[in-house]
Formats: sequence, structure tokens, C-alpha cells
Amino acid sequence: MAPDTAIPDTEIENYTLNFGPQHPAAHGVLRLVLEMDGEVIDRVDPHIGLLHRGTEKLIEYKTYLQAVPYFDRLDYVSPMNQEQAFSLAVEKLLGIAAPPRAQYIRVLFAELTRILNHIMNIASYAMDVGAMTPFLWTFEEREKLMGFYDEVCGARMHANYVRPGGVAQDMPAGLAERIADWASKYPAMIDDLEGLLTENRIFKQRTVDIGVVSKEQAIAWGFTGANLRASGVPWDLRKSQPYDGYELMNFDIPVGKHGDCYDRYLVRVVEMRESVKIIKQCLEKMPSGPVRVNDRKIMAPPRAEMKTSMEALIHHFKLYTEGFKVPAGETYVATEAPKGEFAVYLVSDGTNKPYRCRIKAPGFIHLAGMDAMLRGHMLADVPAVLGSIDIVFGEVDR
Amino acid sequence: MNQSTIPSDALREAAAHVQQTLAGEVTAVEIVRGELTIRVGRAAIVRVLTFLRDDAKCQFSQLIDICGVDYPERAERFEVVYHLLSMNKNTRIRVKVAASDDTPVPSVVSIFPCADWLEREVWDMYGVYFSDHPDLRRILTDYGFDGHPLRKDFPLTGYVEMRYDEDQKRVIYEPVKLAQDFRSFDFLSPWEGIQKLLPGDEKATQATPPKQGGA
Repeated sequence: MAPDTAIPDTEIENYTLNFGPQHPAAHGVLRLVLEMDGEVIDRVDPHIGLLHRGTEKLIEYKTYLQAVPYFDRLDYVSPMNQEQAFSLAVEKLLGIAAPPRAQYIRVLFAELTRILNHIMNIASYAMDVGAMTPFLWTFEEREKLMGFYDEVCGARMHANYVRPGGVAQDMPAGLAERIADWASKYPAMIDDLEGLLTENRIFKQRTVDIGVVSKEQAIAWGFTGANLRASGVPWDLRKSQPYDGYELMNFDIPVGKHGDCYDRYLVRVVEMRESVKIIKQCLEKMPSGPVRVNDRKIMAPPRAEMKTSMEALIHHFKLYTEGFKVPAGETYVATEAPKGEFAVYLVSDGTNKPYRCRIKAPGFIHLAGMDAMLRGHMLADVPAVLGSIDIVFGEVDR
Repeated sequence: MNQSTIPSDALREAAAHVQQTLAGEVTAVEIVRGELTIRVGRAAIVRVLTFLRDDAKCQFSQLIDICGVDYPERAERFEVVYHLLSMNKNTRIRVKVAASDDTPVPSVVSIFPCADWLEREVWDMYGVYFSDHPDLRRILTDYGFDGHPLRKDFPLTGYVEMRYDEDQKRVIYEPVKLAQDFRSFDFLSPWEGIQKLLPGDEKATQATPPKQGGA
């Protein structure tokens, strides 16, 4: 044979690959610039901000009450938890607390929302790694949960229900029974879901030992919530820094061992079971009584009263135009949202609008850990890791 | 039942400990509404955060958040606020640093890796420069964005708007055109807002400086 068939020495270069911004497994609009060494990832550079709407800036120009709906639109699969964080921050500056019944309703819906969030995450995560069925099954449950949202506040997603000083209105008659009925059936649904995934060979091949985060790494990278617990750190704000009466609830905190994608899935599954426990306790123990603070300078009077009382009318008008003023000061209030520590750092200058409202979103920090988590993994692991850390771009980009 | 406003013993202990051992660096220590806040000089931030992380009595092992706050009337207009969490002691601490446009704050990425994106965000939103940051790029705003949107003097509407231009077949940027003027109502006590000075009465301002508007 002729000698020119010898393989020449070619320079092999890493090449960069663009993942997104419109990719079905990107859970929104994420652009990942991946530097590839063949099929192995050398470096990940997430480009975020494609959904940046300037929420923090907008809130500085709105009254405290007008700011609440923006929190629904951050992490749009767990709206009420975020409203709760903001409401708690405002309440702390005002020096008030929501009435007991309102706190129980908040916890009830916070836990319903946690399930809402976790089934969305688990199902879409499973779909990213190849399982279609859980997605279809769990969306039926999500539909029921959004039905409860609808009944309590009139909206299926963007609730605007938890307000500073309580909740917008009391639960309608019969809703508690319907939620209790649903809660008694839901664990069977989790069993079905687990039957599809937990011991599924393909699912385990895609997730076990993928994206391992050690305890030390999880703490250093600022991970919170289920992602931190999956790495073996028993830390949950509902237990350690309870708010809205979580200290009265009896529930356990699941903790993972390996910190891989599979453990993050398992922690979320067990968390759902614990949430069902909390929901049942809430419904059992829920006291009767008012759901809004009896302070007309903070919460508007009932509509019926407005029709007959001049003073009520004035209060209503003042609250929905000028809003209430919050004493000058600052506070940092953290809550355990489904995705991790969701916190509001509120600076007030004594006027009717926040001077600064910093939104600490857990997803932002988790996404920042992507680079370190994915180095040395294969390209096909990107959707698995991305799905397992539970990212929603509404809160990452704000 | 709500988050306690009474400081726990651990918090008081941490405050006393910080005040004692970091007396040179820390300019103020206060506990308000059960939250511990300390102020430190810019140059000392790396040293202070390292101490807070490693000291056995503090153990603030996690950096939860870094954010900026803008006070245009101050000489050093920005405040960079660090929130740290100690899981072992179940306490939080807030560390504040003052900065201006042209005074860089030392980056803490070397102590807390998660500071990387958080500092990028503060740079993007406020234009506070972090020295020694490995990769200080914009993070949330558009490619080629100009300005720092969370500054108080940045208009809510921004300066440019974008649309797809059918003729040029690409997305173009144009100055913002509002169909209606931006409306910002002053709800703060119209009854107290009447000023003694008439608008346009320049001679009066020369005699006595005017009081700040409103009340």
C-alpha cells in the first residue's frame, strides 16, 4: 500500500457546545455553554438572565400589598411559599403576627405547594432521563392541587393569597374535607410513582452516582433545602427556625447519604410523604377564628362592612391606594421553600414602598454549582443533574 | 408563634465574641429584631469572613447571600450586605460593607465558592467592583447591556427597548418610547407636603437653604 494512508498527527481541540436557551430539558430558558472533551464535559458556563424581569426593581416602586403578586411569578411552581416569606418579612417589620387560623392555612397551603413543586420536579426530571409516564400521572394530581388553589383564592397558579397580616380570605366551606379526602388517597399515588421510578433500572443507571455532592461541598457552595439534605446535612428551617407554627407539627426530615442525583430524588419523594402528614395535622388542629389581623391600618375591612360604614370605606380606599407604611428598619426572613431557603431581605425607610427588597432565591445558588457538579461527566448527564437540582428560571433570573 | 424577635443566647454570645476578638475590624455591632448585624471596613472583609467561618464559637459555615443596597445620598453610596448562617449554632449574621463606584471590595470567592455568582450579580445590578474576582462578568442583564439597573438613579423603564425588525431581519434596540408618561404618585401625606418655598422662587433659596420636600 502507498505510505500516504498513514494517519496524520492531527491537533485535537476541545469544542464548545451550546445547550439551550430553548431546550426542553433546560426547564425554562437556560443557555449552557459546554466545553467538551469528546463526550466528557470540561467546563460548564451557565448563561442566565434570559427571564430577568427586574422584580426587585419593580417592587421598589410598588406598595407592600402590590408587591405580593410578584412573588407568585418568581418560582411559578411554588407560589404560596414565596408569598409567605414576603408576608413574614413585612409582618416582622410591622411587629404583628397573623392570627392562628391564618397561620394554619398558610402551613396547609405551603405543604400542598411543596407537593405541587416536588411532583412537578420529579416528573419532569424523570421525563428528562427518559420516563414519560410519571409526567402524565402526576399532572393529574397537580390538577387537583391547583383545584384547591382555585377554590381558596380564585386562581390556579398566581394565587396572591398569603398577604401581610394573614391570608386574603377564609377557606370556603367543604374545602377542608376535600383536602383531607385527597390527602388520604395521595400516598397511594406516591407508591405508584415510586413503583415506576425508585427501582427502575434505567432511572437508576441515569441517576445513581451522577452529580455527587459531598457534605462539605454542599455547605461551601451554599446549597439549601432538599439538595443540601440529600448530601447528608440534616438541616431544615421548618425544624431549626420554625415560622407560622411549624413547631407544633410532627414530621420528620429525610436526609440522603450519597448526595447524588438519585438521593435528591429520594429525598423529595419522602418529603412529599411528610408533607401529607403535616397537611393532615393542619386539618385536624385548625382552630376557628379570624384569618386577618384586626388592624384596619394594615388589612382592609370586609367588603360587607364597607357598604355601611364610612370609616371602613375610608380605610379601604387608603389601603388600596396609598397602602400601609412600614416602620423604618431591615430584616432578613428565611423560609423553607420547596426548592431550599427562600428568603426576603427587606429594607424599609418608613414609607409605603420597600426601599430595597432583596429576594434570595435558592435556585440561583444551586445553578451556580452546576459547573463543579458536571465537570468530568458525560453530556447525557446534563439533563439528569439539571433536573435533580430543581431549577425554575422564574426565581433564578427574578 | 412567628419568627422570634428576641435574640437567643447563642446570638448574644456570638455578638459579644465578635465584638471582643474583632475589635479592630468591626466598626459596629448591633442586635435589632433578633438579628445580628456587624459593619466592617472594606479591606477587612476577607479576614472577618474567614474568622466568622473558622472560629469555633462562630462557625458561620455557609454564605447564604450577598446583595447590594443603594443610598445615593451617602458619600459611599453602596452597601454590600453578606448574610451568613451557622448551622451548628443555629444563628445568622449580617455583615455590611460600604463601597462607592470606584472603591473595589475584595472578593470572598476564595473563602466561599458560592460568592462567585452572588458578587457577579451585585456588580451587574449596582456596579460595585470586586477585586480579585476570577470572572467578574454581567450575569442577569442582556449581552451588551449598559448601566446598573438597581441603582436608584436608573429609571424603572430603562433606557432602551428591543423589538424584532422585519426589514433588517434582526432584533434591534431603540430608546424607550412610552405611550403614556410614567406615573409615580406621591402618596406620602399630601397635607404635610406643602413647602414654604414657591417653585421657581430662586431668590429665596439663596437666603436660606430649602428644607427637604415632604415631611
